[in-house]
Amino acid sequence: MEAARTEQSAAGKSSVKRGSSDRWMALLFLLPSFLLIVIFVYGFIGWTGYVSLTNWNSLVPDMSFAGLKNYVFLFSDFRFQADLRNTLFFTILFIGLVILLGLSLAILLDQKIKGESIFRNIFFFPMALSFVVTGVVWQWILNPSTGVNLFLQTFGIQPKWYTDTNILAGFQWGQIEFGLPAALIAVGLAAVWQMTGFSLAMYIAGLRAIPDETREAARMDGATEFQIYRHVILPQLHPITVSVIIIMAHISLKIFDLIYSMTGPGANFVTDVPGVYMFETTFRGNYYANGAAIAIVMLLSVAVFMVPYLINSRKGAS
Amino acid sequence: MQKRVWVIFTMIFALILSACGSSDTADENAGGSGSSDSGEKATLDIFSWWTGAGEEDGLKALLALFKEKHPDIPVENAAVAGGAGTNAKAVLASRMQGNDPPATFQVHGGSELNDSWVAADKMEPLNDLYEQESWNDKFPEELIELVSKDGNMYSVPVNIHRANVLWYNKKVLDENGVAPPTTFDEFFAAADALKEKGITPLALGDKEPWAATHLFETVLLGELGAEEYNKLWTGDLAFDDAKVKAAAETFKKMLSYVNEDHSSRNWQDASQLVGNGEAAMNVMGDWAKGYFVNDLKLAVNEDFGYLPTPGTEGMFGVITDTFGLPKGLDNGEDVKKFLSVLGSVEGQDAFNPLKGSIPARIDADVSKYDQYGKDTMEDFKSATLVPSLAHGSAAPEGFLTKVNQAVNIFVTQGDVEQFTGALQSAAAELK
Repeated sequence: MEAARTEQSAAGKSSVKRGSSDRWMALLFLLPSFLLIVIFVYGFIGWTGYVSLTNWNSLVPDMSFAGLKNYVFLFSDFRFQADLRNTLFFTILFIGLVILLGLSLAILLDQKIKGESIFRNIFFFPMALSFVVTGVVWQWILNPSTGVNLFLQTFGIQPKWYTDTNILAGFQWGQIEFGLPAALIAVGLAAVWQMTGFSLAMYIAGLRAIPDETREAARMDGATEFQIYRHVILPQLHPITVSVIIIMAHISLKIFDLIYSMTGPGANFVTDVPGVYMFETTFRGNYYANGAAIAIVMLLSVAVFMVPYLINSRKGAS
Repeated sequence: MQKRVWVIFTMIFALILSACGSSDTADENAGGSGSSDSGEKATLDIFSWWTGAGEEDGLKALLALFKEKHPDIPVENAAVAGGAGTNAKAVLASRMQGNDPPATFQVHGGSELNDSWVAADKMEPLNDLYEQESWNDKFPEELIELVSKDGNMYSVPVNIHRANVLWYNKKVLDENGVAPPTTFDEFFAAADALKEKGITPLALGDKEPWAATHLFETVLLGELGAEEYNKLWTGDLAFDDAKVKAAAETFKKMLSYVNEDHSSRNWQDASQLVGNGEAAMNVMGDWAKGYFVNDLKLAVNEDFGYLPTPGTEGMFGVITDTFGLPKGLDNGEDVKKFLSVLGSVEGQDAFNPLKGSIPARIDADVSKYDQYGKDTMEDFKSATLVPSLAHGSAAPEGFLTKVNQAVNIFVTQGDVEQFTGALQSAAAELK
C-alpha cells in the first residue's frame, strides 16, 4: 500500500516537470477529433436549426427566411400533435416498465441463487439485437391474425395489438384525442423486452457495490428484509435510476427503427413518432425545412433530460 | 521533446492532406466522366430502384442489349434497393443537389419528373432524340404529355403499369354466384353477398398508407370520370367539391368491407388474402399480377381474374417509368445512345416481359406477353390515359405526402368534411 502511494507521487512529480509539453501533446491529439465533432455534430446542428427557419420545402433549396413558420405549422398539425402524445406516453410506459422490471429482476438475481450468470445472460441477450430485428419479430408475434392470437384464441380473447386505434382515457385536445393509444402498449412491450436487460445489468452492478456490512448492520438493528430494501438498499440505488432514466429517455425520445420496422405510422397515426414523421416528410415529401424543425424539436426534448443531468454531474465532479 | 511534437504535428498534417487529396481524386473518378484524355469512354451509371425479382432481370436484359449494340460504352447498374424507391429517391436528391448526377435515372413520368427535376432546371430537353427516333407517333400522345413540360420532352418512357385494376379470386366469386362487379352498385351488392357468407369482400393492406391512397384514387376516377379527375390536378376542380365528397363517401363505404387487420399488412399480404381465398377482391396496380404468378404460383384467368375497378371501364391509370438526361454531364451523347436503345421496340420487349409490365410503345411485339399483358396492351391503345396520384404522376411528392396523411386519418376517423378540407388545403400548394 505504502509503496504504491510513493510510486504514485513520484509519477505525479515527474508529470509536473513535463507538464507544459504534455499539455501541448494532449491538445494536439485532441485537435482532430475536436475539429471533426465541431464541424460534423455542432456545425450540422446549427445548419439544421438554420434550415428550420427557411422556406426550403421543395427539392429546390429556398433559403429565404421564414421565421417560425415551420414550427407554427408543426404544432398545429394533427400528425405532429399525435406524435408528441405518442412520444410522451411511450416514454412514460417504456421507462417505467424498464425500471420496474429491471430492478425486480436484479433483486431476485441478487439472492445468491444457483446459475445466476445463466439467468443474467438470458435476460441480457435481447440487448444484443438491433431494434429493427426486434421490430420485425414482434410484428409477427403480435400480428392480430397470425401471431400470439392463435394461441389466445383458446381463451377467447383477441387483442388487436398494434392495429388497435382506440385511445384509452382519451379526450379531445387540440386536433387530437389525448390519451394512451392502445397500440402503443404493443410497441412498448417490444421495447421493454429489449431494454430490460440493460437496466437489470445496471441495477445488479449497483446492488453489488453496496457492501454487505451495511445490510449486516441493518439486520443487527432489527430491520426486516423488506425494511432493508426499502430504507437501506433502494436509496443507495438512486444514482443508478437516474442513469437508467437518462439513457432510456434519449432512446425513447429519438426512437425510429423499432417503430418503422414494426408498425410504421399506424392507422390514424397511433404509433407514429417524430422520427418517423421527420423521415417521411423530408425524404418522401421533400419538406426539408419542416423536417429540420422536427429534428430541432426532438433535440430540445432530449436536451430537457440531458442538460440538468450534465450540470448535475459537473457539480458532482467538482 | 520539441522534436517529437513536430514529428507528430507533421504526421497529423500529412494525414489531413492525404484525406483531402483522396477525396479529390474520388470526386474526379465519379463526376469527371468525359474529362479523360485517354479516349476511354466514361461509364454510364444507370440509376434505378429495380432490385426486386422480375424487375432486376428486366434491367439486366436491357443492359445486356445495350452492351451488344454499343460494346465500346461501359455501363453500370447503379440500382439502390428499397421499396417504392424511397431510398433511391433520397440518394438521387442528394446527388442532384451536389451536382453529381447519374448518367440517367428512373423517374415516374408526370409530376415526379416535371414539377421537381425539370422545374429545378436539372434536365436536358430530348426533342432532337424524339425526332431522330421518330418517337412522336410511337408513344401515345397522352403519355408524351406526361414527360413534357412547355412543349419540350424530358424523358423516355420504358414501361407502363396500370393502376386501376380489380383483382378477384375466381373460385370464390364462382362458388358464391357473384359476378365480377363493373360499377359501384354491383360492387356493393357483391360485397354484401360475400360478407353474408363470411368472406372478406375487399382485401386492403395499408401498413404503408399509399395502398389506401391507391384505392381512393381508383374510386375518385370511377366516380368523377377521366375528364373531371384530370381537373383536380390543374386546380379546375376543388377537392371540397360535392363530387369529391361523394367519392369520399363511396371510399368510406368500401372501407367498411375490408379485412380488420388491414393496418398490419402491406400490399403483398393483401394480395395473398385474395390468392388463398380468404378475401374475394383487391384493388392494386398490375405489379400484383407478378406477385400472383411468380410468388403465389397462380394462373391468370384460372385462379384469379382481373378487370378495371368499378366505373373505370375505358380509363387507364398510368404509372410509367422513364429515363432522362440530367444537365451537367460530359457524355450526354452516350446517354442518348442508351435512351434510344431504351425507347426501341427491341429494348422495350427485352425489359417488359421480365418486369411484368407492358411496353410504352404501341408497336411492340404482342406475342411476347402473357394474356394479361395482351389485354392490357389492347386497353392501353384505346383507353383514356390518366396519371396516377398515389405513384407521383398526377401531383408533386409534397402533395402526395399530405394526401397519404389525410387518407391515413380518414381510414380510421371517416370524417368526410375534414378529409376533403385537408385535401383542399394541401392542394393550395399545387399551384
